[in-house]
Amino acid sequence: MLHPVGTGHYLVLSLALLLVGILGVLTRRNLVIVLMSVELILNAVNINLIAFSKHTGNLAGQVFAIFVITLAVAEAAVGLGLLIALFRNRETTSADEVNLLRW
Amino acid sequence: MPASFMPSAQEMMRFLPETLLTLAGVFLMVLEAIMAPENKGRLKAFALFALAAALAAAVIAYNDPGPAFNRLLIIDGFATFFRVLVIGVAILAVLGSSQYLAREGANPGEYWALVLFSVVGQSLMVTSNELIMIFIGLEISSIASYVLAGYLRDDARNSESALKYFLLGSFATGFLLYGVAWIYGLTGTTDLSQIRADLANRDISNSMMMIGAACALMFVGFAFKVSAAPFQVWAPDVYQGAPSPVAAFLSSGPKAAAFAMFLRVFVTAFEPVADRWEPIVWASALVTMIVGNFAALRQTNVKRLMAYSSIAHAGYVMVAVATHSKLGIEAAMFYLAAYALTNLGAFAVITCLVGKGERFVEIKDLAGLGARQPLSAAMLTIFLLSLIGVPLTGGFFGKFYIFKAALDARLIWLTVLGLLNSAVAAYYYLRILVVMYMEEPGDTVENTQEMGGALKFVLVGSAVATLVIGTFPSLLLDVASRYAVLGR
Amino acid sequence: MIDTALFYVFALMTLGGGILCITRRNAVHAAIWLIASLMGVAGLFLLQRAEFLFAVQIVLYIGGIMVLFLFVIMLINLDTAAAERQYSGQWKLALGAVVLAGGEIAWVMARGLPGLGAAAAVQDGGEGGSDGNVERLADLLFSEYLLPFEIVSILLLAAIVGSVFLARRRTS
Repeated sequence: MLHPVGTGHYLVLSLALLLVGILGVLTRRNLVIVLMSVELILNAVNINLIAFSKHTGNLAGQVFAIFVITLAVAEAAVGLGLLIALFRNRETTSADEVNLLRW
Repeated sequence: MPASFMPSAQEMMRFLPETLLTLAGVFLMVLEAIMAPENKGRLKAFALFALAAALAAAVIAYNDPGPAFNRLLIIDGFATFFRVLVIGVAILAVLGSSQYLAREGANPGEYWALVLFSVVGQSLMVTSNELIMIFIGLEISSIASYVLAGYLRDDARNSESALKYFLLGSFATGFLLYGVAWIYGLTGTTDLSQIRADLANRDISNSMMMIGAACALMFVGFAFKVSAAPFQVWAPDVYQGAPSPVAAFLSSGPKAAAFAMFLRVFVTAFEPVADRWEPIVWASALVTMIVGNFAALRQTNVKRLMAYSSIAHAGYVMVAVATHSKLGIEAAMFYLAAYALTNLGAFAVITCLVGKGERFVEIKDLAGLGARQPLSAAMLTIFLLSLIGVPLTGGFFGKFYIFKAALDARLIWLTVLGLLNSAVAAYYYLRILVVMYMEEPGDTVENTQEMGGALKFVLVGSAVATLVIGTFPSLLLDVASRYAVLGR
Repeated sequence: MIDTALFYVFALMTLGGGILCITRRNAVHAAIWLIASLMGVAGLFLLQRAEFLFAVQIVLYIGGIMVLFLFVIMLINLDTAAAERQYSGQWKLALGAVVLAGGEIAWVMARGLPGLGAAAAVQDGGEGGSDGNVERLADLLFSEYLLPFEIVSILLLAAIVGSVFLARRRTS
């Protein structure tokens, strides 16, 4: 028999997804995958917002989540644009070779 | 719930600066596309005109202070002070950029538009009284900054610095948002005044740990934006790699706006739990000062040195945040304004001296500047003395007021260590002076390009302003103390 | 009961997709696992009665952002990247630090949640009225949150200008 799912379950799931995202940003060298890890972090935020919105019974959390998704779109567009600019200049998307400036 | 919601004319007036800047930014891009290439110089004049109009609108808006748009925005003295500051910084930044962009052969149309959008974002950051709005303002300003940092897209250093800035910036935004989500969950609101009321009136001992964790997560995001330790690692790379005028802009305007937002959130919403976050800010302020100053000691690249110096100065402002008193807020306002002027001026000299393709960025390239370019050298001397904090410059009174506020708040150790730090800082600024005046110019080619009129205006204007603030500090301090009013 | 089962299915999708996304060698595979993870999140939105966000998540995130990702991955040849070193030298350190931090936050949450959990039973209290999720959300967006709704377009505009400018072909 499964226990009913409460807000706490969602918060724990969101925390786990946040940690996966952080781990991706910190350890991966492929910058495209680092960018994807940032998307995971934003999704963890959204899970939190939706769970809290349901919990407190006001919809501000869902409105906030819409804005977070909008931000994700903007960030993905700019981030990928920067990646293309870097690739044109350096022919690489690996963090190891992004070393003109002391990292 | 009302079915429709039309903002009143009064609210539109309070929001006028942002409206003007937005329209001007959009209009600028249309003009960019349809104008003949030889007329593109007028775009700059248009951008300056829009900024001046927004500045006037920001001043006028304070005749009728108060909230706007369902209390999402609040036009109080604090907001007005920082609105005027960020718009003023943008005017100087535009004036200081055109010569550089022409030298590098970059198309300036999008540059002005992005600066205007960035100012809209900064202006929202300082006027918002609500976490969703603060976050949107912060992101508008950040996205524009990422692109500006990589504006010379054929320059490998530019795209690298922009990408680093972007990756670490969006990572930090993730933390900030996670903290905001928790605050929303724990208090059921994103309005700063209501958060404050909720934290003050409810028994929060049960969820104290979670509130602390949420504050800490938000602190990570804010600390990144103001380049406070331990989240300052991006700043040297970005300032070194970005175009010099962009580095000048980023370290003055967006930084001041980020501090304003930091102060508003922590002093308004989180004041009921101040005893929890004060130690964190205390420690961060100390580490920021130490890291900035000691790392600057061994730099040979001028732009990188200025980046570490900017980190150190963020540390001094963090001291003011740690006091969370009215006096501390005034001191922070004074300091940020004085620092923005000094910093823009110092970067104006660097912008001119680095030459095409930014080849002359080492300290040794400044050798003999006193003889070669007496005006630039004299002005740079004033800025460096102000950064050290020598009396009769704006920097001296900035530090003086901050440490006075810290003593009043009984942060004795932080004051002592901060003063020791500024003594260390004197060494690396004085070293530049020695190179400029005492050393013979080496075999570095005579790279110097004649300084254009706009750049000269920025240079002399900020030098004069730095000296005036330093001689008559009450001019600025009176304004700061009158405007240090946070609507709650 | 069925809700509970579905929660675990979607949670597994979200987390499993996320973990596979950050461990794949090939960026295209990583993107596909990310899509799986995002679909899991969309499912969770549906379970939480956020129908509008469910649609946004599918259309915007999976339809828009992920296609953009795949497009860029194809554009910049990543075959060489797949052969290179995948993890930074300090990945063990990072893993340890992240697990430690996660454990700490989980501990904090375990202590804070009882205060929060008490209210969980009345979670349907605020969902009164016969209006659907989309109507109520639209009401909020066009009344209380009108300003951010309008102003967010500047964010998108700045992003469009920036990305077009950066990715544009060189003129020289």
